[in-house]
Order: sequence, then C-alpha cells, then structure tokens
Amino acid sequence: MIIAPKTVAVGVQSGLIAAENLAAGYPNKTVWQDANFSFGRGEFVAVIGPNGAGKTTLFRLLLGLQQPISGSIKIFGVPPKRGNPQIGYVPQRHIVDSETNVEAVELVRLGLSGKRWGFNPLVHNDRKAAYEALEAVSATELAHRSLGALSGGELQRIFLAEALVSKPDVLLLDEPLSNLDLRRETDMLHLVDDFVRKRNVTALLIAHNINPLLPHLDKVVYVANGRVATGKPSEVLTSESLTKLYGVQVEVLRDPHGNVAIIGMEEHHGEMQ
Amino acid sequence: MTLSINLLSDLQEIFRYQFMVNAFEAGTLIAIIAGVTGYFVVLRRSAFTAHAFSEIGFAGAAGAVLLNIAPIAGLLLGSCAGGLAIAALGRRATNRDTQIGIVLAFSLGLGLLFISLYTGYATEAYSILFGEILGVSQGQVLLTVGACAFILAAVGVVYRPLLFASLDEDVAEAKGIPMLFLGTIFMLLVAVSVSFAVQVTGVLLIFSLMVTPAATAQYLSRRPQTAMIYSVAIALGATWAGLFIAFYFPYPVSFFMTAIVFLLYLLVRAMRVVASSRRQLARQIEPT
Repeated sequence: MIIAPKTVAVGVQSGLIAAENLAAGYPNKTVWQDANFSFGRGEFVAVIGPNGAGKTTLFRLLLGLQQPISGSIKIFGVPPKRGNPQIGYVPQRHIVDSETNVEAVELVRLGLSGKRWGFNPLVHNDRKAAYEALEAVSATELAHRSLGALSGGELQRIFLAEALVSKPDVLLLDEPLSNLDLRRETDMLHLVDDFVRKRNVTALLIAHNINPLLPHLDKVVYVANGRVATGKPSEVLTSESLTKLYGVQVEVLRDPHGNVAIIGMEEHHGEMQ
Repeated sequence: MTLSINLLSDLQEIFRYQFMVNAFEAGTLIAIIAGVTGYFVVLRRSAFTAHAFSEIGFAGAAGAVLLNIAPIAGLLLGSCAGGLAIAALGRRATNRDTQIGIVLAFSLGLGLLFISLYTGYATEAYSILFGEILGVSQGQVLLTVGACAFILAAVGVVYRPLLFASLDEDVAEAKGIPMLFLGTIFMLLVAVSVSFAVQVTGVLLIFSLMVTPAATAQYLSRRPQTAMIYSVAIALGATWAGLFIAFYFPYPVSFFMTAIVFLLYLLVRAMRVVASSRRQLARQIEPT
C-alpha cells in the first residue's frame, strides 16, 4: 500500500520537487504564474511573501488538493496525488476546541492509521510509532494530555509528530511559527532543522518573518505580486533580483546582524497589472 | 405493583408484563446506538444538527400518522432526507446554524399542521414529542435490532477515518480520506440513531440520549474507545433505571431518564472541578 520512496526514480535535473512554468489559482483568477523551481532531498526551504499571495496554494498543489492552471509540477517524479504518505503536512493553524478531551497520542497515531477502514482495537503498531514520533519532537510527556488543554507551542509539536509519524520524505509546514514565543520558535526551528539534516527530509516552511530562519535555510521561495522567486537566500533576497522580478522598485535592507527587511512590495497581492 | 427491597423479585414482577419486556429490549438497543453515535455528535459539535434531525423527523412522523403508516417510517424518511441535504452542502455545513435553524422551524410548523389535520387522538403527537417507550411493539423491537446492527457495523468500518476527520479535518483531507462520503455516512448514522432514539425520549428530549451521555463520557476518558463505552454505559444505566422507576411511580419514563443523565453530568463536572482545584492546591503547597 505504501509506495517505497527510495525506489522512485528521481531525475537529477528535476529534483525531488520540481515545477516548470507553473501557474496556480482558480479558473477565474490566477494567483501566480511562471514559477520554475526545483528542490532536492534534504533541503530546508522557506516560503515567504505577503498574506494571500498564494503560499498555501503552493502547498495545496503539492498535496494534490488543487490542480495547476498550466505548467507542470512534480513531486517524487510524478504529479502530486492526494493521500501520499511520503508527505507530512501541518496545515495553517487548525483550531482544537478547548472542549475536545482526547489524548494527544490518539491524534498522532491517526496520522499513520487514520486512513484505514475497520475497527482494530487490538493492533497497537500505530501506537508504538506514535510514541516514537512524540519522542522525536520531545513531546513524550504530552502523550496522554488532552488536546483541548494544550498550549499553542505544545499543539504545534503534536501536529509535527502527527506529520512525522508516517516517516515522510517531504514536510510541508504552514506557518508553524505563528503564535509561538521566541524560545518556542527557536526550539521548533531546531527541531525541523534536525529532521532536514539527520533524516534527509525536505522541509518547506511558510513563515511571516524570514529572519529567524536565515541561518538554517538552503533556499527561499518568495511569493508576491503574482510571481514566484526561488533560489538561495543570498541570491533572491537582494534589491536587484526582486526589483527585476516584480518590475517595481523593491528595497532589501540588511542590518549589521544579517537580518533583512523587504520594502516596497505591496501588501495586497496576486493581481497582475 | 409495589416496590420491594428485593431487586430480583421486583424485576420478576416487571418482566411479567410484555410491554415492559419490549421497553427494556428496545431501550437497551437504543441506548447502545445513541451512546456510540452520540460520541461522534459531541466530538464534532453536531448537537444542533442532531436536534434538527429529530424535528425534521417530527414532521415526517406526523405526516406518517396522518397517512396512517408507522411513525418510524416518517421519522427515518424525514431525518435521512435532512441528513443527505446537510451532507450535500459539504464541509463545515454542520456549523451552518442559521440555515439549519430555519429548516428546523419550518419542519416543526409542518408537523403541527399534520397533527392538527389528524382527526384521531392527540396522544400521537404527545408521544412523538415526548417519547412512548412503553408502547413499543415486538415488531418495533425487531426493527430496532436491525438498526442497531447497521449502526454498529457502519461505525466499525468508518471508525478510524471518522475519528481522524473529526479531530483534524485538514490533514485528514490531505491524507486522501473521502470527506464527502464520510460526512454523508456520519449524517445518515445520526439520522437513523435519532429516529430510533425519538421512540424513547421523544423529539424534544433527544439530547438526553444523543448528547448528555456522550458529553459526560468525554470527561471520563481521553481515549475515544473507552469514552464510547462509558457513553453507552451511561445511556444504558439511565434507560434501565428510568424504566424501573417509572414502573412504580406514575410519572413519565422520559422525565426520569433526562433527570438521571443530567444528574450524572453534574456529578462528573463537579468531580472534575474538585480534582483540578486539588491539583492546583497541591502545586501551590509543593515547593518548586
């Protein structure tokens, strides 16, 4: 049932995730177009850009929840299909009702076996895998806590464990850092970085602020004004490259610590003139 | 019929009456159905939808009475049609309180019209609204056996995907779980459960079997399977105790059942408050 990831032939040139002349959006509205990118195994990629520019759209394409308008997108060498166990996904903050009194490990194990039909209370392989995933995100002590009683940071770790439990090769994390304080943010980043380096996982992470991510990143995807820029942070995040790409004057400022600020990009999005 | 200290002889006396045997049999089956389905109703915050089904079912049942066919046929037809309609509206439709409320009000009005057109006894309306467990026939018990088997089998099959979809809709969808199919199955499960539970509690007291036991059980265990067992146990206990008490006291069964589940709910909430304040106290005393 599970497709062995390592046997899938992935062209050197195409990469683990590859897009060519990709356009995304809805039949009556293109969100962005002319996107070309390629990510290899074990790369840490940040996806940034203004609200509503189409960052989540990129994830929906990779998950097979949405089809491209034109161009091609491939993951593991084939077009994305819904339900690929090689992809671990943490959506943008899904809310857990404070009244939901279900232990955390239950959700994590559903990340592995939730798709299966039938009632199988005696088989506990998934429970074992769930504990391993919780250990990997240092959340063992949260296993039996109620989902509704967890804090934002604790929930993010549970969701990460839920995504990791199927041992994916690609992690798609939609704003996992929002609502986290600085310390939790750093913890979470180190956690993801560890998975990328030690397990050779490719992680795409949507974030609002690129600065805390910069020390970890291999690549950055900048989505704005209907265009998608991709490359190494040092190449993409310059005044010249962004100005050239978007056709409007964009200023990238750097402070002495290497933090960047991008100025001149309109906050409203998507519309091409 | 006098209550004695000896429970066994009391039960022997109760079971001499065929209508009490029928009531216990149907009540047991319905408590199992309602306890299991109710867990998902509470988990998915679909209590209002469940209530709407029972009132749409009321119009169906009243219509059936008017046409001189079994009320359960009208209940099933009405609530299943409502279930399919809400499922067809798609994701998050269960949160569309306003639309559901509008349909609910119209259904009650329609039921009222049917009842007023019916020239027979007004007790029919009364029993649909407040339950008629003591009037259950052996044929109805057999039908309830079928419903119970259907619901347990269906929940057995969809248990894990339904739990996943209830706890984490977005990830479940990305994992390839057929959400529309699952939503439809869930709605039909609730519709069938409600239709049968109405026989015990009536349209207006449907929460006492479909919501209160499961809501109480959710506080008792964080494991879904265990909580579901508690939910069934509470519904069973309330049904049995309600029937038992109502045999000796001249008040409605439904009242005793609603009172029992309500008291249990209060008790469990109170125990939780005590437990959490104790924990807090222990933390304050404990030097850190």
